[in-house]
Amino acid sequence: MIQMHDIVKKYVMGEEEIYALDHVSFQVKPGEFVAITGPSGSGKSTLMNIIGCLDIADEGEYRLNGQKVDSYTERDLARIRNRHIGFIFQGFNLLPKLDALENVELPMIYQNVPHAQRRQRAEEALERVGLKGRMRHKPQEMSGGQQQRCAIARALAVKPSLILADEPTGNLDQKTGQEILALFDELNAQGNTIVLITHDEHVAARARRQIRIEDGRIMEPSGGSV
Amino acid sequence: MIIQSIKMAFKSIAGNKMRSFLTVLGVVIGVMAIVMLVAVAQGANSSVASSIEGLGTNLLTVSVRSTRYNPLSMEKLDELQQDASIAYVAPMLTTSGTAKAGVTTYTEGSIQGTTPEYAQIRNLTVATGRFLSQPDMDNRSKVVVLGSEAAQELFGTTRAVGETFTISGYTFTVVGVLESEGDSSTGSGDTQIILPFTLAERIFSQKGITSFYVSAASADEVTAAQTATTDYLDVLFDGDSDRYNVFNQTSMLETLNEATATLTMMLGGIAAISLLVGGIGIMNIMLVSVSERTREIGIRKAIGAARSNILSQFLIEALAVSLLGGLLGLVLAWGGLLILGPVLDMTLTISPQIALLAIGFSVFIGVVFGIYPANKASKLRPIEALRYEG
Ligand SMILES: Nc1ncnc2c1ncn2[C@@H]1O[C@H](COP(=O)(O)OP(=O)(O)OP(=O)(O)O)[C@@H](O)[C@H]1O
Ligand SMILES: [Mg+2]
Repeated sequence: MIQMHDIVKKYVMGEEEIYALDHVSFQVKPGEFVAITGPSGSGKSTLMNIIGCLDIADEGEYRLNGQKVDSYTERDLARIRNRHIGFIFQGFNLLPKLDALENVELPMIYQNVPHAQRRQRAEEALERVGLKGRMRHKPQEMSGGQQQRCAIARALAVKPSLILADEPTGNLDQKTGQEILALFDELNAQGNTIVLITHDEHVAARARRQIRIEDGRIMEPSGGSV
Repeated sequence: MIIQSIKMAFKSIAGNKMRSFLTVLGVVIGVMAIVMLVAVAQGANSSVASSIEGLGTNLLTVSVRSTRYNPLSMEKLDELQQDASIAYVAPMLTTSGTAKAGVTTYTEGSIQGTTPEYAQIRNLTVATGRFLSQPDMDNRSKVVVLGSEAAQELFGTTRAVGETFTISGYTFTVVGVLESEGDSSTGSGDTQIILPFTLAERIFSQKGITSFYVSAASADEVTAAQTATTDYLDVLFDGDSDRYNVFNQTSMLETLNEATATLTMMLGGIAAISLLVGGIGIMNIMLVSVSERTREIGIRKAIGAARSNILSQFLIEALAVSLLGGLLGLVLAWGGLLILGPVLDMTLTISPQIALLAIGFSVFIGVVFGIYPANKASKLRPIEALRYEG
């Protein structure tokens, strides 16, 4: 499903070039549950953004579903982001003027899901992350953990085949975190591919495979094939 | 998809009340200013034009600069009237004064000393009683003919024939009341207090004729009548053409049109500036909201909005806001003119071309500056838009 070969992403800061990703190569097969770990600033979010087609690598080749990402048109990419990828951002990225329900509905609006069905699916998703009582709250009327769960509900409501989660349990207490992870397990069992970034060893342990990243390089691709 | 874009646009308008309000306000001010100012300029023009036209079509107005010796007398006017192109000539002595009937005083009256011919020249119709007659002239009778409003104000009725009142201590008897002209824009028609010229000359101690009306025998003979009058006065004043002025309506209207064209240009200029200021306001708000909106666009793109989704939402948003502002501005201008019309005593109407122009301009500004940043932001990679800091 995901094939990366010699991916480089660098930021130019004045004189200096920072290699956020330094020739990264790895694969994720359909149905896998992969955890990406690594210290802060190691390039995890940068990698995730490239996987999610939100950003473009400077060098290297990235194939998504067997096709090179740079051969997709802008419109195709919008469609992929919309229907096939559920992206849970580290910074949530909810629209501040919309309430939880409307935020969760938004991707389905761009999918032209009929109103009634959209509403029902959004309500279901919010219920599953335990936000039944917060549907009409705007993001700034919710706690950090609630916003995070809202972002998770938004990603899951579209039933994407690839779920990309950047620190999905970072703001959650032990119990809620476990509930969310159980949800991921369930989705994985249904055949969805999951890539998850985490600092937490226990969380990482739940994945079938771990990819460790340090200073933009992959350290030990443990398990699975490269 | 369009319906979704419309819904999203309206949600966004409602969700950003302050921004929407300020944008609408910018358009409202621009549209209101230009529509109202142009209406006032045009109203001023047509109200003066209609009062000139109200004077009668074959009319010449002559004014004479009064010096110690004024050779112009009633006899000379009779002589002038003999010309074939001229139907009637009537002298005019205009003054103002307070009329008193018992405890009632009336100061608005326009006191006019003239001759019986004046009725023909101005097409005056007597509602009750009679107009001035030749014996009134010869005897300097203290009789008056009243405009309907003057009669109403003095006696509380237009059936005032036989009533008496005083001006400057002289007592007058009403012999006739004119039919109402009902034209408020000319104003003076119904407030006339008409008395024999010979009497007015004596009471108001004016000697000689300083102003008179000439009516041409027909509309075709206006030019001939003007030439005859000018020639006659030229002889009378020994070729000193500075001492008299002969106006005909056409030249008066031309002068007026020149004056009001300048006025319209000036007001139009002021209005154009307000429109521009309104436009800059819209521009400002649209551009200031760019950083917030760029993040919004980043989020929308990240969850799968295509560029076309984003552009149609922003286009509809800009269109809706500026059209709403335009229509609101138009309605407010209309209301404003309804109030202003009676105050200025003018007929104020909205010019459709100007309204279209004003709304078109505001919508253009709104759409251009609504779409321009959105278009730029929608071209960014989602991650760039998300990181945008302004
Ligand atoms: N827009 C940018 N401009 C310059 N440098 C950047 C930019 N974004 C990221 N970086 C740098 O790239 C490196 C990787 O950043 P990234 O966000 O991927 O880290 P991370 O592994 O997600 O860290 P964390 O666990 O704290 O979220 C960091 O050193 C960061 O300073
Ligand atoms: Mg990160």
